[in-house]
Amino acid sequence: MAQMTMIQALRSAMDVMLDRNPEVVVFGEDVGYFGGVFRCTEGLQAKYGKTRVFDTPISEGGIVGVAVGMGAYGLRPVAEIQFADYFYPASDQLVSEAARLRHRSAGDFTCPITVRMPCGGGIYGGQTHSQSPEALFTHVCGLRTVLPSNPYDAKGLLISAIENDDPVIFLEPKRIYNGPFDGHHDKPVVPWSKHPLGEVPEGYYTVPLESAKIFRPGQDVTVIAYGTMVWVAEAAANESGIDAEIVDLRSLWPMDLDTMVESVKKTGRCVIVHEATRTSGFGAELLSLVQEHCFYDLEAPIVRVTGWDTPYPHAQEWAYFPGPERVGEALARVMEAS
Amino acid sequence: MPMDRRSPLRLHVPEPTGRPGQLTDFSYLHLSPAGAVRRPQLDTPVQKTGDLCYALVRVLDDDGQAKGPWNPKLSPEVLKQGLRGMVRTRVFDARMLVAQRQKKISFYMQSLGEEAIGTAHSMALGPGDMNFPTYRQQSLLLARDDAPMVEMICQLLSNERDPLKGRQLPVMYSYKKLGFFSISGNLATQFIQAVGWAMASAIKGDTRIASGWIGDGSTAEADFHTALTFAHVYRAPVILNVVNNQWAISSFQAIAGGEGSTFAARGVGCGIASLRVDGNDFLAVYGASCWAAERARRNLGPTLIEWLTYRAGAHSTSDDPTKYRPADDWERFPLGDPIERLKRHLIAIGAWSEEQHAAMQKEVEAEVVAAQKEAERFGSLADGHLFSNSTMFDDVFEDVPDHLRRQRRQLGV
Repeated sequence: MAQMTMIQALRSAMDVMLDRNPEVVVFGEDVGYFGGVFRCTEGLQAKYGKTRVFDTPISEGGIVGVAVGMGAYGLRPVAEIQFADYFYPASDQLVSEAARLRHRSAGDFTCPITVRMPCGGGIYGGQTHSQSPEALFTHVCGLRTVLPSNPYDAKGLLISAIENDDPVIFLEPKRIYNGPFDGHHDKPVVPWSKHPLGEVPEGYYTVPLESAKIFRPGQDVTVIAYGTMVWVAEAAANESGIDAEIVDLRSLWPMDLDTMVESVKKTGRCVIVHEATRTSGFGAELLSLVQEHCFYDLEAPIVRVTGWDTPYPHAQEWAYFPGPERVGEALARVMEAS
Repeated sequence: MPMDRRSPLRLHVPEPTGRPGQLTDFSYLHLSPAGAVRRPQLDTPVQKTGDLCYALVRVLDDDGQAKGPWNPKLSPEVLKQGLRGMVRTRVFDARMLVAQRQKKISFYMQSLGEEAIGTAHSMALGPGDMNFPTYRQQSLLLARDDAPMVEMICQLLSNERDPLKGRQLPVMYSYKKLGFFSISGNLATQFIQAVGWAMASAIKGDTRIASGWIGDGSTAEADFHTALTFAHVYRAPVILNVVNNQWAISSFQAIAGGEGSTFAARGVGCGIASLRVDGNDFLAVYGASCWAAERARRNLGPTLIEWLTYRAGAHSTSDDPTKYRPADDWERFPLGDPIERLKRHLIAIGAWSEEQHAAMQKEVEAEVVAAQKEAERFGSLADGHLFSNSTMFDDVFEDVPDHLRRQRRQLGV
């Protein structure tokens, strides 16, 4: 075991896979010599050479397009989009190509690619460095979407993603790259080096896809969350004194429905939390699923806590970010209803 | 400058030189005589190939004589094989067009007039090389001796032997084992994928090369320009083919940016050796394809080739070209009919005759008729002999996840 930040854990996952599997290649803007703007690929080019870890032109459509071609050849590309906010030029390659290649060719060609991208706010990134576009991916049939909340899961899930034969969108909440963030932006950040979930095996291990985790067991209400919001929900539960059970989805789609449904059936109440904008957000899908599968066990209406339906603001960041106070209010509201 | 001395600005919207009822002025094509264009060394620096993208590489002249440095000097046997491949493509297209009119097939796209390009290119590539075609490169498959004609027709019929299980529109074939990547239908996406495949081959130290295909119209897409950039940056072993057949549905090639420039010229600007070639000249296509393939194999980098040709038929069975271009355009197109031109050459060198041609045509027709008959035994979209509805839930992912199992149950299959 070693103590790792999420950045180090992600790098370790790529290191392990580059070492284990000669078909793995890693590329993206600034990921080669420099090691990525968030340093996730630092040292990998020096270790594995320029033809396995390299820089690309500033072209997200090109990055994903060549990844699809490499996957069709038989490689296992791991492509980085520098910020999730920049993936839009690659939409056609992800939606029309990567996601559908296996189906449209009846398995003649497959697309075993992983596309990593940092997402989420809380770093004063403004509207172009803060977005959480997960619902744009979960809506696309044929894509897998994964979003870890801590270094241990990040490494295990990234290894699973790279080994998976389907295209995987791997979203990395950049606000928790260096330490868990509970939404109290005015308090000092606890680094992963002081957190048990920063303990990460140095070698190979996996965290399975389509498997959620009970992050915090509780009896009164189920909070469904992922990424940074898992930590925000934990703070809200601790501060409100409400015994919330927090489900960390980890894989957004395809998802582990059973863990979520079992928890809501047990508590009878449900709060869904995400940082992304509200309307047609992934929370809408989660809410529908809870309604379809748990309606007769519910004691109160389901409540969503999300970002507002506005672009992510720069100066007003903390009014936008759904912090522990907003989550706490939602918890109180579902507890009052009967 | 005072305001009153400025003239009003004008927006230029390009027009073809002929519309229905008019005679097209084909001088915009800027042709070179057969044999007139130089053939540079394979390792010529890109900046010294600029002239080639404004000229036109041609080998066959109007009398059927092969001329100049691009003549691949093929044996009569190989030429006859090429002729047969082109005729097979044309006969296949004609039969399938009829089958579409008979409502056996929902949709079809012919390649009439463009048969030389895929046929000669396919013969110039080697085993294991991978094409990333558009929907009009069926000759890449049909020119092969092992053309899977029955399966292809099953795909067109969407029947119970369709290798793609009814998931794709007719003509969107996928044949990995024959070096033919799955056709998307979203334009231009395959161009950058071809570069990625070629990069992968180079990363692995393989010897196989890729060949990407695009039409004049979709060179306007970002993926075209992205492909040129990546191909140049990584010196990818790829051939970048632009089939300039003058028309993108009803839009003339000038609407994609062909006016006053050439599509080949895009390549040189990106640092890629580029050729402009007579696409209706089997020998020129073969010669240029070999030059580009050899450059790729020797790690000399990508080559862009603009194939000048004419889309003789409708864009698809849903299109009526008489609405937007002169009906006699193809008869008047100065590069002629690729089949007639190769036939004339074979006759001129004493290796072929009208009788032999008629006999070959008959043989090929029988071959296609037999394939169609065989394929129709397995049903069609019209008669409902399809893959079962439950199969649509397969291959979305490697395994069928829970939510798709639930949806499949809901459908009751």
